[in-house]
Amino acid sequence: MKILCTVKRVTDPEVKLKIGADQKSIATDNLKYVLNPFDEIAVEEAIRLRDKHQGEVIVVSVGPSDVSTQLRTALAMGADRAIQIVHAGELDSDGVARLLQKVYEQEKPDVVLMGKLSVDNDSWQAGPLLAEYLGLPQATYASKNDSLESDNEKNKVPGITIEGTTATVVREADGGIETLKVQLPAVITTDLRLNIPRYPSLPNIMKAKKKEIKEHTPQSLGVDVTPKVRVLKFELPPARKAGVKVADSAELLAKLRSEAKVIS
Amino acid sequence: MSTPVSLEELIAWTSLLSEEERLVRASVARFVRDRCQPIIAGCFEDGEFPKQLIPELGALGVLGGNLEGYGCPGMSAVAYGLACHEIEACDSGLRSFVSVQTSLVMYAIHRFGSEAQKRKWLPEMAAGRVIGCFGLTEPDHGSDPGGMKTRAKRDGDFWRLNGSKLWITNAQIADIAVVWAKTGDDEKSVTGFIVERGAEGFSATDIPRKLSMRASVTGGLSLDDVRVSEASRLPEARGLGAPLSCLNNARFGVAFGVLGAARACLEQAIAYTMGRTQFGVPLARKQLVQQELADMANEVVKASLLSLHFARLKDEGKLSPAQVSLLKRNNCRIALEAARKSRALLGANGVSGDYHVMRHAMNLESTYTYEGTNEIHALILGRALTGESAF
Ligand SMILES: Cc1cc2nc3c(=O)[nH]c(=O)nc-3n(C[C@H](O)[C@H](O)[C@H](O)COP(=O)(O)OP(=O)(O)OC[C@H]3O[C@@H](n4cnc5c(N)ncnc54)[C@H](O)[C@@H]3O)c2cc1C
Repeated sequence: MKILCTVKRVTDPEVKLKIGADQKSIATDNLKYVLNPFDEIAVEEAIRLRDKHQGEVIVVSVGPSDVSTQLRTALAMGADRAIQIVHAGELDSDGVARLLQKVYEQEKPDVVLMGKLSVDNDSWQAGPLLAEYLGLPQATYASKNDSLESDNEKNKVPGITIEGTTATVVREADGGIETLKVQLPAVITTDLRLNIPRYPSLPNIMKAKKKEIKEHTPQSLGVDVTPKVRVLKFELPPARKAGVKVADSAELLAKLRSEAKVIS
Repeated sequence: MSTPVSLEELIAWTSLLSEEERLVRASVARFVRDRCQPIIAGCFEDGEFPKQLIPELGALGVLGGNLEGYGCPGMSAVAYGLACHEIEACDSGLRSFVSVQTSLVMYAIHRFGSEAQKRKWLPEMAAGRVIGCFGLTEPDHGSDPGGMKTRAKRDGDFWRLNGSKLWITNAQIADIAVVWAKTGDDEKSVTGFIVERGAEGFSATDIPRKLSMRASVTGGLSLDDVRVSEASRLPEARGLGAPLSCLNNARFGVAFGVLGAARACLEQAIAYTMGRTQFGVPLARKQLVQQELADMANEVVKASLLSLHFARLKDEGKLSPAQVSLLKRNNCRIALEAARKSRALLGANGVSGDYHVMRHAMNLESTYTYEGTNEIHALILGRALTGESAF
C-alpha cells in the first residue's frame, strides 16, 4: 500500500505571535516552527497502516527550503521518503490542493492522509479541495472509537481500518460517532483523537539523514499558485479585561443578570 | 514594556546546530516535557527513581547515544550533549542515570571490553533491559581513587574480589557493575571487572537520608570474596588511566547537562519575578533583581557557547583533559550559583517543590562534587597551566 501524507510547517502554537509591520503577515524574526500537530497524527497513522499492510509512506510538504526540518522529522518518525515543493511566497489552501493534485498524479497512492486543519491558518480546506480536484471520495476528521489509553493504542493499532479497497473511518459527529466506508483511493483527514504520535527516536533521526527528499517547485509541476484568498489585515484579539471578585453567590447572580446578561 | 528576549535567543545556539542535532534536541525535550516533568517533583520528594522510564529512554535511543555499533545510535558529542541538556533541565538525577549507563558503564565495556562482552551487554544496555553501575569511589578513597583498597586476586581461571564501594549511582538497581580493583599495590595494577547481580558475596546497600539526587539511586557495593571469571575482566583496561578516561568521557555529559538545570532555574526566576508584585510593582522592575538575572544570564550564555565549542572539538578528537576539567568545573559552578540565586529570587516559594528551583539546587550540589570535585578540576587545570602538580 502506498500512502501519501502531507506535512506542514506551522508556527509553534506555544510561542506568542507578533504581527508584521505590513499588518498582513506574521513577524518572522525569532519564530519557532513545528510540524502541524494534525499532520503529525496523519504521519503516525500512515506509519501504522504501512506497518500493517506493507508498502511505503511518502511525506510531502510545500514551503521554504527549511521545511526540510519538518520532513526530516516525519522521516525520523518512520516515513520512507519525502517530496518537498519549494515555495517561499504566499499560498492559500487552493494552491496547496493544486500542487498536491500533481504529486498525486505522479505517485498514484492508495490513500492520501492529511491533517484536518493546520493550526496556523485554521482553514480546514486543503483536504476537501484535493479530493474535489481529484474526483476522489473523502472521509474527514478521522477519529477513533476507542480511548487513547486503550491497549490498541499502546500496541499502535491503526484507527483507520482498510480491507481490500475499502477504508472504514470513524468520525465524531454532533452527539455521537459516525462510521464511514470509502472506496480507495481516497483522501482522509485526521482529527486529534485518532492516535498519539510517536517521538522520533535518536537512532531513527540518524537514519533519516540518509532518506531521500526529492525537490519540486510550483513551476516544475506547472501549477500557478497565485492566491485566490487575499489577506487584508491581521489583528490581535482584544486584550481581555481583568476579572472581578464577588463576595457571594447572590452578587454573582446579580452580575450575571444585570451586567453579563447571560441569565434572566 | 518591550517584548522580553528569551534565553534561547540570547544563546542563539540554533543557528550553530545541524538539522539532525536540532531534531535530537527537540525529540528529547518533548519526551522530557511529556513523560518526566509531570512526575519528577513527586519522585524527588519520595526518594524514588522513576524506573518505568528506563525502557522509554532505551526506545528513545539516549542510552549509549554517543557510542557506535552494538545497537547504539552513534550520535555526535554535540547531539548527545544536547540530549543530556534537555534531560537535566528536568532533573540532574535522571541525567545521572543516563550518564552512568552511557558514559561510564557502556563506554567502559565499549572501550576496554572483549568482543564477547560488547556483544553480550551493549545492545541490552542500549535498550534499557540491563542496567549498569560503575564502582570506583570507596568509603576512604574519593578524590584519590589510586589509593583504593579493593583487591582482586587470581584464583586459577577466576578472580576473587574483596572490598567495598560507596556513593555508587544505580548500585541497588544494577544488573551489572563495572568494579575497579587493584591486583597489586600500585596504580598500574588497577583492573576492571564486570560483576553480575546475584554473584555470591556481592551485595548493594542503601545510603539513607540522601538530600540530593533523590530521584536517582545511590548506594554502596560490598564485595566479600566474590568469584568472577577471567572472561569477566575488561581485557583492555590497564591501570588507573582506564577508569579515569571513563570519567573524562562522562564529565562532558555532566557539563552539558548542568546547563539545562541552570536554564530551567533562570527561566523560572525570570517568569516568577515578572509575575510577582511587591511594593506595588513587579519584582522584575527592581534593579537589584535585574542585576541578579543579568549575572546569571551572563554565565549561562558564556558557558553554553563554550560547551558547544568544546563539543565540536570532542567530535574532532581534539578535546584535551584539561579542557574537559575547565568545562566541568565552570559549568557545575555557575549552574549551582544560578540555582541558589533563583531559589532566593522566588522567596518562600523557592523552597517549595512545586517551583523546582530548590530541587535543582540540591541536585547541583552533587554535580559540584562528583566526577571530580571543583577543587580536583582546579588542580588538573593548574597542573596543565604550570606543569606543577599540587594534588
Ligand atoms: C550523588 C552522587 C553520585 C555518585 N556516583 C558515583 C558513581 O556512580 N561511581 C563512583 O565511583 N563514584 C560516585 N560518586 C562519588 C564521587 O565521585 C565522589 O564523591 C568524589 O570523587 C569526591 O570524593 P569524596 O566524596 O570522597 O570527597 P573527598 O575526596 O574526601 O573530598 C572532600 C573535599 O576535599 C577536597 N579535596 C580532596 N583532595 C584535595 C586536594 N588534593 N586538594 C584540595 N582539596 C582536596 C575535595 O575537593 C572536597 O571538597 C557519587 C557521588 C555522589 C554525591
